[in-house]
Amino acid sequence: MAVYRRIRDLDWPMLILALAISALGILQIYSATLDSRFEAAWWKQGLWLGAGLIAMWFMSKVDYHTLLGQVPVLYGIALALLILTPLVGRIAWGSKRWIPLGFGFRFQPSEFVKLVIVLLVARYLAELRGDRLESRDLLRLAGLVGLPLMMVAMQPDLGTSLTYMPILAVGVFLGGLRWQHLVSVAVLAAVLMPVGWLALKDYQRARLVTFVDPMRDPMGSGYQVIQSKIAVGAGGMWGKGVTRGSQTQLRFLPVTHTDFLISAFAEEHGFVGMVVVFGLFFLLLMQIVQNAQSAPDRAGMFICMGVCALLLFHAIVNAGMAVGRMPVTGIPMPLMSYGGSSMLSTFMMLGLVNNVRLRRVVS
Amino acid sequence: MRIIPSERRPDSNIDKPLFRDETKFAAGKIAAFQWVVVISFLFLLTGYWDLQVRNEEIYNAKALQNQIKSRPIPAPRGKILDRDNRVIVDNHESFKLILSRENLKAEHIRPIALGLGLDPDALEGRVKRFRSVPTYFTINLKEDLTREELTFVEAHSGEDSFPEMALIPSQFRVYPQGGLAGHVIGYLGEVSDAELNSPEWAAYNPGDLIGKMGIERFYNEVLKGVDGQRQVRVNNLGNTREILGIKDAVAGKDLQLTIDLDLQVVAELAMQGRRGAVVALDPRSGEILALVSAPSYDPNHFVGRVNSHELALLMKDPAKPMFNRAVQAQLAPGSTLKPIIAIAALESGMIDANTTVHCSGGASFYGRYFKCHKRGGHGTVNLHRAIAQSCDVYFYTIGNRIGIDKIAEYAELAGLGRKTGIDLPGEKEGVMPSSKWKIRTLREKWYAGETISVAIGQGYVTVTPLQLAHAIGGLVTGGVWMRPHIVREAKAVSAAHKADLKTENVMQVINGMYAVVNEGGTGAASRIPGIEFCGKTGSAQRASNELMKQGILGAEYKDDAWFVGFAPRSAPEIVVAALYENGEHGNLAGPIVRDVIKAYFDKKARREKKQPQNVASASLPVGVN
Repeated sequence: MAVYRRIRDLDWPMLILALAISALGILQIYSATLDSRFEAAWWKQGLWLGAGLIAMWFMSKVDYHTLLGQVPVLYGIALALLILTPLVGRIAWGSKRWIPLGFGFRFQPSEFVKLVIVLLVARYLAELRGDRLESRDLLRLAGLVGLPLMMVAMQPDLGTSLTYMPILAVGVFLGGLRWQHLVSVAVLAAVLMPVGWLALKDYQRARLVTFVDPMRDPMGSGYQVIQSKIAVGAGGMWGKGVTRGSQTQLRFLPVTHTDFLISAFAEEHGFVGMVVVFGLFFLLLMQIVQNAQSAPDRAGMFICMGVCALLLFHAIVNAGMAVGRMPVTGIPMPLMSYGGSSMLSTFMMLGLVNNVRLRRVVS
Repeated sequence: MRIIPSERRPDSNIDKPLFRDETKFAAGKIAAFQWVVVISFLFLLTGYWDLQVRNEEIYNAKALQNQIKSRPIPAPRGKILDRDNRVIVDNHESFKLILSRENLKAEHIRPIALGLGLDPDALEGRVKRFRSVPTYFTINLKEDLTREELTFVEAHSGEDSFPEMALIPSQFRVYPQGGLAGHVIGYLGEVSDAELNSPEWAAYNPGDLIGKMGIERFYNEVLKGVDGQRQVRVNNLGNTREILGIKDAVAGKDLQLTIDLDLQVVAELAMQGRRGAVVALDPRSGEILALVSAPSYDPNHFVGRVNSHELALLMKDPAKPMFNRAVQAQLAPGSTLKPIIAIAALESGMIDANTTVHCSGGASFYGRYFKCHKRGGHGTVNLHRAIAQSCDVYFYTIGNRIGIDKIAEYAELAGLGRKTGIDLPGEKEGVMPSSKWKIRTLREKWYAGETISVAIGQGYVTVTPLQLAHAIGGLVTGGVWMRPHIVREAKAVSAAHKADLKTENVMQVINGMYAVVNEGGTGAASRIPGIEFCGKTGSAQRASNELMKQGILGAEYKDDAWFVGFAPRSAPEIVVAALYENGEHGNLAGPIVRDVIKAYFDKKARREKKQPQNVASASLPVGVN
C-alpha cells in the first residue's frame, strides 16, 4: 500500500483530538510547575508527546494481526518483566514499579502490560466466534488477565492493576457475557470483599476510608482530596486564569503536575475549561468507538473497544478523584498528566486503533 | 500477512471473510457502551458543577483561608527606668518561635517539642487548650531562642518538615543580673490557665506573656503596647510569598520609677543573707525610693520559659523568695507602733509632755502582770524618755488610759489596717484592731486587757513594712499621708490624707524619736554623725498571735526586729522602715535603715556639689551590670 494512502487514511480527527488534549495538558503542566523543581516538566512532556507520536506511527504500521499472532510471546515478555520489576526495580512512593534504564530513564512494565492485555483480550474473544460466552472461556480469560493484574497489584500498584479490569469487562460484555455470569461475578465479589479488605495495604485502606469521609483525617490522607476539592471549587465558572490558581501555585494541591493535574486545570480554567476537556475526551472516545464499529473483523473491534474502555476508566477515576467522587489512586489523566510511560502507552494504544482503521479496506 | 492463530480453525482462508467474523453482532452492545460513556461524562460534569458553580464561594473562601496567614508583630515592651532615668529593665532583640495552627499536623507536635527541649505532653495540652480560639492565633513555642534551637528550626523549615513553625523577630526582656529590685519590677511569665479564667486576663490567650508580679504586672497594660499583625500570603510550607497588609505594633510605654537605684542597692546589700524587707519613701510626695524584700530572686533564670524548673523551686522554697514582704508581710510592729500611740494620747489630751509613769519592770492590769522589756524597770519616765528607752510600762499605762478605740482612730488616720494604695499588686492591709473590728470579725466584745498588748504593738495589731514607713512618714511631716507610689507619673497629691495634728504634739514625738538614736536610746548604735537621724526600734514577738503567722511559714519563733527611721528631724525628706525577720532586737534592724539614710544624704551632698544631671550618669553603672 502506498504511503500517501496510509497518511490520508489515518484517523485525523482522533489524532487532532488527542493532540488538543495533550496541548492543554502541557499548558497546565507548565502552569502547575512554574517556580518549582519540576519546572522542566512541560517541555519534557512535549518531548514525550513527540516520542508518543513516533510510537503511534510504529504501532499503526505493523498489521495488528501480526501483533495478535505474537500475543503468546508478548504475554510471556510481560510476565517476565513483571517478575523482573521487584528484583531490579527502584522503590518510589512505597512501591517498586519501575525498571531503571540508565540515563535517568526508567520503564514502567505495568504500562506496557496494558497493551498486551488489550491484544490478549481481543485475540481470545475474537477466536471464540460465538455470540455467547461459555463459563469455561470466561474463566480462562479471567485467569489470563488476572495473573499479570495480581502481579502489578502486588508491586503494590493497585491503581494501575485496576485499569486492566475495564478492558476485560468491556471485552466480555461485547463477547457475549451471560447474565448468569454477571450474577456469579457479583456474588463472588461480595464474598471476596472482606478478604480483599484484609489484603489491602494500610495506606490503601486509609485512602478508601478517606474517600468515604475525607474530614476524618484532614491532615493525613484526606488532605489531598480536601485540597483538590478546594482547588476545583475555587476555580468557579471561568477559572482563575493560567498560573493564577492559588491552590496550584502555592502548592496546597499535592502532585499538581501528575495525579492532580486535572484539579489544577479546573482551578485555573474553571467549569468552562472542564466542559472543553470532557468534550474533547468524549469526542475522542466516540471516534474510537466509531473505529470499532467500522473495524474489519472482531479482533479489530475488540482492540478499539478495549482501548476505549481503558481510556474511559482512566478519565473517570482521575477526574472523579479530583472532586472526591472516586478514591485516591495513582491513575493519571491520559494525555494530560505528566509522565513518559503513560504518554507512550496511550499513544501506542491510539496507534493500535489507527492500525485497525487502516486495515478496514482489505483488498 | 494475516496470522490466524487458532487450533479450532484449521481452515485458514485469508481472502474470504471468516465465518461469523464480523462486527455487526455487537452493534447493540456498542451503542449501549456509548451511553455508558455519555453517562460517565455527565457524572463527572455534575461533580464539577457541584463544586465550581454551585459552591464556588465556599471553596473560594477555603482557598483564601489556605493561603492567607496572620503573623503577629510583637510590640516591644516598655522599658523600666529608675528616677534618674537609668535603665533597670531593657529588651534585647531576639527571635521567638511560634506554632502556626492553620497548617498544624498533629503528628508534628511531638518531634517539634522534643527538638526544642519542651515537654511533648505539655505542648499537646497547649494545642488542645487553643481549640476554642480561631486558628489564626498562633501558639508561642519559645522565646529568646538559643543558637541550637535556631539551628533546629532552620533544619526543619523546608519541605517534608515542620512548616508550622515560624520565627518571629521579637524583643526579649532583660532584667538586672542577680535580681536587683526583683520584687519591685516583677517578671514576665506565661499566662496560666487559672489566670485566663479570671476577668483580669480574660482577653489573653494561652502562651501570652504577662507581668506576673510587681510593676510588670501592675502596669502590664501600659508596658505591653499593642501587638501588630502582618497578613501574608504563604505557600503550603508556610513560607511567606507576599505581604498583603501590615498593622504596625504600638510599642509599650516606658515607665520611670521613683526608685533610686543607689538606695535600692544599699538597701539590698544591707538585707543580704537576711529575711525581711526595707521600704524607703519620701514622705513629702509618697515616692518610694527603695523597696526590698529578702530573700529575692533573679527573674532572668525563668523569664518567658514555660514550666520552668527554677520557678517551681522558688515557689517551694520555705524562705518564700517570691513573697513580697515589703507589702505582703503582716506582722506585729512591736514598739515601732509607740509613736502612733503617743500621738493618739497627746492629741486626745490624755497626757502631756510632763505626764510621768513609774516603771518598776512591769505592771498589773486587769489581774494580769505585764512585763517591761527592761527587767529592773526604767524608774519614773515622761513621754520623751519613754520613747527613747521604749518603756513598755509607760505605754501600757497610757494605752489603757486612752482605750483601744482612740488608738485605732489615730492609727487608722496614719493608714494602718488598710491598704496604702501603692501601685504594686498583692498589697495586704494588716490589722488595726478596735472594739468594732473585734465584734465584726471575731463576734466578740473587746476586753480592756487586750488594749495593753496593742499599746506596745502586740496582740491583734499587724502592719506591713510599707504601712509602717507610710504611717510614720505622714506623722512626722505633721499629719499629711501621701499615697505611696512607685511609678513617677502616678502622682499622689490628690490621694493625700490629712489630719489636724498640733505641731507641739508632733514635735514631742519627733524629739522622742530623735532621742532614740541620738540621746542614748535603744537605737543609739545607728547614729549618723552630722545627720539628724530619728527612729524607733521594735522587737515583736511572733509566737503569741495567730494572725502574725499569716503568710509566714517556718518554725522560727524568734522576735522580729523592726526599725523605722527618718531624717532630717526638722523637715523629714526620707523615711525608712526595715523588717529583719527573727532579728531578735530592733537595734539590729537599725543599721539597715541607717545605711539607706546615710546613702541618701551622701548622694544629696554629691549632687549639691556637682551638676545634678551629671551625677546620674557618673555615680552608678547604668542598668544591667
